[in-house]
Amino acid sequence: MNAAAQIAQVKAPLTKVSMRNLDFFYGESRSLKDVTMPLYANKVTSFIGPSGCGKSTLLRVLNRMYDLYPGQRAEGEVLLDGENILDPAIDINALRSRIGMVFQKPTPFPMSIYENIAFGIRLYEKLPRADMDARVEGALRGAALWDEVKDKLHTSGLGLSGGQQQRLCIARSVAVQPEIILFDEPCSALDPISTAKVEELIDELASRYTIAIVTHNMQQAVRVSDYTAFMYLGELVEFGETDDVFNKPQAKRTLDYITGRFG
Amino acid sequence: MSLYASRRGANSVATTLCWVAAVFGLSWLALILGSLVYEGVRGLSPAVFTEMTPPPGSKGGLLNAIAGSLVMTIIGVAIGTPLGMLAGTYMAEYGRYTKLTMIVRFINDILLSAPSIVIGLFVYTILVHPMGHFSAISGAVALALLVVPVVVRTTEDMLLLVPGSMREAASALGAPRAHVVAKVAYRAAKAGLITGVLLAVARVSGETAPLLFTALNNQFWSSDLTAPMASLPVVIFQFALSPYKDWQQLAWTGALLITVAVLALSIAARALSAGRRNSK
Repeated sequence: MNAAAQIAQVKAPLTKVSMRNLDFFYGESRSLKDVTMPLYANKVTSFIGPSGCGKSTLLRVLNRMYDLYPGQRAEGEVLLDGENILDPAIDINALRSRIGMVFQKPTPFPMSIYENIAFGIRLYEKLPRADMDARVEGALRGAALWDEVKDKLHTSGLGLSGGQQQRLCIARSVAVQPEIILFDEPCSALDPISTAKVEELIDELASRYTIAIVTHNMQQAVRVSDYTAFMYLGELVEFGETDDVFNKPQAKRTLDYITGRFG
Repeated sequence: MSLYASRRGANSVATTLCWVAAVFGLSWLALILGSLVYEGVRGLSPAVFTEMTPPPGSKGGLLNAIAGSLVMTIIGVAIGTPLGMLAGTYMAEYGRYTKLTMIVRFINDILLSAPSIVIGLFVYTILVHPMGHFSAISGAVALALLVVPVVVRTTEDMLLLVPGSMREAASALGAPRAHVVAKVAYRAAKAGLITGVLLAVARVSGETAPLLFTALNNQFWSSDLTAPMASLPVVIFQFALSPYKDWQQLAWTGALLITVAVLALSIAARALSAGRRNSK
């Protein structure tokens, strides 16, 4: 193998998740139409598109969140490391331990900051107190929250500011050591400074996790993501490297959307 | 008259009517509470809490009735609360969209407003009659049947108030359903759930009719659950209807005790739910 080929191989990203002909139905209405695309390992993929285009729905397919509700179903294939996660026989809780999710609104549990983090860890591991302390600290450091909360670990997570709550939720997801983290408009309820912190965090997490982020903010997509998918009315219109999608979009609808002509 | 002036006129008429209605309702309540306190306090003495219900014409207290009420209420709530909580949890967390839940909710609402005397007759038929005599345990069962619908209702309502996003967040970590319910939803709804139980206690502690047909009454101290047992409401019922002055006085005092206890429970329930609102 010559040097150029080696470099090409290093640069070619590994596929972590592969969606094939994915359809999604809320009852009768079809809100994802034949979506085929990858999520690359250790890359950030952003999903943009007008409201109702199916980007959040797509995220909720990836961890089978839709399973909580009757009348919602997905068809097609979603391969995670080659295994179809839509298979009814799959262990959903085990799947969700591999795929973390951060929601639009911060969702701290009604318990202390420490317990919020320990909750997820305890689902999978029984740790002695000292090890648990270390894991909680590590997760909070990983979410750039440690310095702000280290003196009040045992106070309620609900007492934190919105931005801190969102980073607490990120820490909680990171603490169970997932492989993929899904962000569903994680900054839409946050002020600009908190947004910047969360974006920085996503940047750091990208070296260790595969990340998918839904966002309404196109600047955010440009700032944080390596790849961008533009969706419209349940269809994947365009997918490519973020620079390409924003600088030389292939589809006219993409161009119209990113230049603000609709949406 | 201008349009504005006529609106102002209509407004003040409506406001006045509201005031009159409120004052009318509250004044009756004030009268009831006032005469209760006036008549009840006169009979308050340590003997009320230390002596048994007396025969007419001699001194005594309400100890056996107070103890009986406590015992039967505690057993009734202890039987009814887990049943109600489990049913309410099923309805809010597991079967939220199922037909069974709709049916159970409908039947529960009927049970919630069923006359308590019907409950008493029902327990008479299924317990007292087969046993051949009145008993404290059948009284407790009758109270439990009154506790269940209250707890079902509040449990379901309080769990429905827990935002779905909280459940999704816990599920997204891979927590199994039972874990999401027990560790997250219950905790988020804790104050409301406790309030529901307190309200159920308040509801049953003043019930007379279901006890008349089940636990009946007992002039003496009894800790035997299979024997008749005194309770405050039944003693009040018996003593208040009697022609004897000292029995009537004890009835007033007993009524005051129940009212104060129920009031204290209601205030505690209110304080808890206020605390819940403030913490959000």
